[in-house]
Amino acid sequence: MNPGATDQATAWSVASGPRGRGASSNQWRKRLEITFFVAPALLLFAIFVIVPVLQAGRYSVFNWNGLGPLDNFVGLQNYVQALGDEIFQRAVRNNLTIAFFSIAIQLPIGIMVALLLNRKFRGQTAMRVIVFVPYVLAEVVAGVVWVLILQPNGPLDAVLDTLGLGFIGQVWLGDPSVALWTVMGVLTWKYSGLAIVLLLAGLQGVPEELHEAASIDGATWWQVQRKITIPLLGPTIRTWIFLSLIGSLQLFDMVWILTKGGPVNATVTMATYLINQGTDRQQYGYASAVAILLFCISFILAILYQTLFLNRDAGVDKPRRKKVTR
Amino acid sequence: MKRTAALRAVALGAAVAMIATACSSGSGSDDATEGAGESTTLTWWHNSNTGAGKDYYDQLADEFEGDHPGVTVEVSALAHEDMLTKLDAAFQTGDQPDVFMERGGGELKAHVEAGLVKDISDSAADTISAIGGSVAGWQAEGQTYALPFSLGVVGFWYNKQIFADAGITEAPTTMDDLYAAIDTLKAAGIEPISVGAGDKWPAAHYWYYFALRQCSQEVLTDAVQTLDFSDDCWVRAGTSLEELVAKEPFNTGFLATVAQTGPASASGLLATGKVAMELAGHWEPGVMQGLTDDGQGLGENTGWFAFPEVAGGEGDPKAQLGGGDAWACSNDAPDVCVDFLEFMLSNDVQKGFAELDMGLPTLPSATAFVSAPELAQLLAVRNEAPYIQLYFDTAFGESIGGAMNDAIANVFGGVGSAQDVVDATVAAAESA
Repeated sequence: MNPGATDQATAWSVASGPRGRGASSNQWRKRLEITFFVAPALLLFAIFVIVPVLQAGRYSVFNWNGLGPLDNFVGLQNYVQALGDEIFQRAVRNNLTIAFFSIAIQLPIGIMVALLLNRKFRGQTAMRVIVFVPYVLAEVVAGVVWVLILQPNGPLDAVLDTLGLGFIGQVWLGDPSVALWTVMGVLTWKYSGLAIVLLLAGLQGVPEELHEAASIDGATWWQVQRKITIPLLGPTIRTWIFLSLIGSLQLFDMVWILTKGGPVNATVTMATYLINQGTDRQQYGYASAVAILLFCISFILAILYQTLFLNRDAGVDKPRRKKVTR
Repeated sequence: MKRTAALRAVALGAAVAMIATACSSGSGSDDATEGAGESTTLTWWHNSNTGAGKDYYDQLADEFEGDHPGVTVEVSALAHEDMLTKLDAAFQTGDQPDVFMERGGGELKAHVEAGLVKDISDSAADTISAIGGSVAGWQAEGQTYALPFSLGVVGFWYNKQIFADAGITEAPTTMDDLYAAIDTLKAAGIEPISVGAGDKWPAAHYWYYFALRQCSQEVLTDAVQTLDFSDDCWVRAGTSLEELVAKEPFNTGFLATVAQTGPASASGLLATGKVAMELAGHWEPGVMQGLTDDGQGLGENTGWFAFPEVAGGEGDPKAQLGGGDAWACSNDAPDVCVDFLEFMLSNDVQKGFAELDMGLPTLPSATAFVSAPELAQLLAVRNEAPYIQLYFDTAFGESIGGAMNDAIANVFGGVGSAQDVVDATVAAAESA
């Protein structure tokens, strides 16, 4: 329980108590206003998120090819089949691998580049834009360009040859033992920009006085970053990790364009599995079961992360913000 | 990373399905307008959305309207992939067009079981007998549901120039010939064969053909009906494939190569002279033309030979793997829809279709009008074939065919065995 919330609750009841009728009609108006503004969004959310999720739950217990009535009830068989399926297990492993390496690679890159870009130098804005460009590029466009670059004897191999690094050359997307790492590389290129921009924004919240105070005390640049900046970036880092984690678990488009989950399932993710084995084969019941599993896995990890890490920020954040505004 | 796209993926299967139930009771208004003299609208989806083909179909629609006063044909010319996606969704909502394309096999069977396709066995009896045996792929339980207008076979397309330069004078007719050709080409520093194993079905065609060569016609026909894969010819098909894969005849990175999109696709590699040959269907010259700057594809260097004989196989060496497209009527379409199908398969229409090289006509009287020489050669092979086996993935339907294709692609990737292909297929057949 965080103290801020309790304070506010008491404040509410104290305020509304003695003022009587005027206040309560005021409250009604407020509620109406809220309903008025929230209802459309809530309605859309219900139609396009809640209902489909519930429907998926219903379909997932039927063997159904999308045509005709739902009449072949199979209970939890679709779930059992998915959980026991080697390729689905591999997809889960791949998702977790991607999540782990996304964080392990992009976080250090993000912090380092953000720190560099936070220092004043000529062309700073231009550099910031360049770094963010991959993230802004449409996924499909970026994916298709990478597919062309990574062709056997394609531009990447040519560049490596010219640099005398021809021995590094690989069948980037066609070799099952290399493909996942190739995908990882493209993902790093694509998404590091987001980490950098978020961390740069976070850096703006680190008060300049602290830096000054530290340098007066004789701290080196590195010490300042390690002891002051990075700890104060904590909330931003934890939020970014959360985004990265969920994104990795639900990764679809880039993998689909680069490899379609191949070669021989080397880069399969839960989402490509869902499309490939489920909807492409018109096993909508099975696809729904996989969708529900993906939903549950993401949901559980999200809740876990939220309770373990993000809640701390809610507590830490508040008093600090108050002080700043004052 | 991205959250929203992935959230969408979570709900995707569900959303499509939701729309399906929401609308499943909304169809059936078409059949109210059948009476003579009243105005009737026929909706027609086709995939000839460019050039002369599109004009030809527009012209046919006008012609049919002229012959049938009161009938309006509403034509939607869609890109092939768009058409398939839209058709899938339309079948789920039961709101499919009156006239649409059916590819036969398991797909058609599913549509028939769901009561979506009109039985035309009696109403189009004359045309059915005129087309002859080709109609078999569009029959279920002895009834006919669609009229095939184009039927092609799969074979090796090759670059005559490259073959000649490497000193290969005769197109291979046995697997030993093919292996010799592969060795010769490799020795000349040319990648022999491109295959779009990334899309799986082009790789699967090899296994299909080996099955066709290894298994007798009875075993094949029986398997399509009963899903019985116990004959050991099915495993032998995989063994033949393993043998071919072990020769390493394929283009670098073939596991990720796509079939037809872009210069690095299997078709693109053949069209630009990077490989010597590719196993593909009758569509290949058209695809290659789209992949070269001059729009010529391989031009006069285009060659074609049938899939070679396999020593010791029980199948007829002249049997071919193929498939095609047929016109079908929605179950709730007005009766005049069947007249339209018969019109589309009439002598004149098929002749015009052949002259424009839009496909390989099924009406025997129209086959003489195919103008491209290599297509004419392929047509001769098709017409000589004792039987044409429909692509197995189409024949068995997506759920079994998809599992089969995956397992075959694994053999290409060296992570699956001949037995695995049979096992995966049997497992999928049991759970379907």
